Amino acid sequence: MIEMIYFLATFAFIMGLRAMSAPATAVQGMRIAGVAMVVAVGATFFTPGLHNLGWMVAAIAVGGGLAWIWARRVAMTEMPQMVAIYNGLGGGAAAAIAAVELLGAQTGLPTSVGVLAILGAVIGAVAFSGSLVAWAKLDGRVRKVWRLKRGHNDVVLLLAILTLGIGLTLGVSGAPSAGGLLLFFVLALALGALVTLPIGGADMPVVISLLNAFTGLAVGFEGYVLANPMLIVAGIVVGASGTLLTLLMAKAMNRPIRNVLFAPITGEAAEHEPG
Amino acid sequence: MDGISALFIFMLAAVAGYEIIARVPVILHTPLMSGSNFVHGIVLVGAMVVLGHAEGALETAIGVLAVALGAANAVGGYVVTDRMLAMFQKKGDKQ
Repeated sequence: MIEMIYFLATFAFIMGLRAMSAPATAVQGMRIAGVAMVVAVGATFFTPGLHNLGWMVAAIAVGGGLAWIWARRVAMTEMPQMVAIYNGLGGGAAAAIAAVELLGAQTGLPTSVGVLAILGAVIGAVAFSGSLVAWAKLDGRVRKVWRLKRGHNDVVLLLAILTLGIGLTLGVSGAPSAGGLLLFFVLALALGALVTLPIGGADMPVVISLLNAFTGLAVGFEGYVLANPMLIVAGIVVGASGTLLTLLMAKAMNRPIRNVLFAPITGEAAEHEPG
Repeated sequence: MDGISALFIFMLAAVAGYEIIARVPVILHTPLMSGSNFVHGIVLVGAMVVLGHAEGALETAIGVLAVALGAANAVGGYVVTDRMLAMFQKKGDKQ
């Protein structure tokens, strides 16, 4: 019964997104997706064998309540950074799911589960810290672009390799240690911040769209870890549509995505890449 | 879940995601980004399942965090998109 509800909700998400991509049906599409979300979350409470239901209700009330109040109060001009922050929180949720699943794996996870849990965790954590930076910049809390004086991109690349190396080692081992996981998450969060800190405010909408696609992917991967097809489909659909949307936005701004991420408009970057 | 079936699901979902927004007009870029931000708020369901099976204080604490973050993603994503579309609709009506 719950699986059937999830199936219908997944269909509603896809049709809702489809409706959202045309002006005449956009509002209707959002309503469809909203109803699907409420029904899917409501059905989840009836999953057999769940405990901590009190904590669950409390966490939803606090997280959802604060988000509702904040989203209602901000000025219309501050909407882009609100998208950034709520997207980041979703990425954080995906990373936290991975953390619990990996911590609880005393008997050893199958390799594919361990690897996808780690990949989802990296992507989710990068989306989390990256979106927080994007939010802080658009909100005027961090005004300057910041990058290492030399070889910023090399440091980012090395950090990415190190994070993935440590993470995959932990994931393949099947029963990672808490200390190793902590190190892994700290590195992944640092990676997200280092990637977004050099990017200027004008490029931020494109970056937020990319991080939105990232969170979708992370949710899809954790859906595999939890063996939940609804999470896989909804996450991957957002991952793919978000990636396409990012490219369309970059194109509309006449700024190739590669330049947005790796060659921000600064004096130094202009020296390295003339023209 | 069977790895190969999952791979098929991944592939089909990716193609669907690409196709359903392939013809989106520029004016809808931001609302659609916000709307898809809401859709991945479905991570809340995963967080609830994880919290429901959590053992011990550390797992429960991270599970509670996951549920709170997921709920904020879903609710905040919905409200923000709703406000954007409301503004967009008014503009559209005048034209």
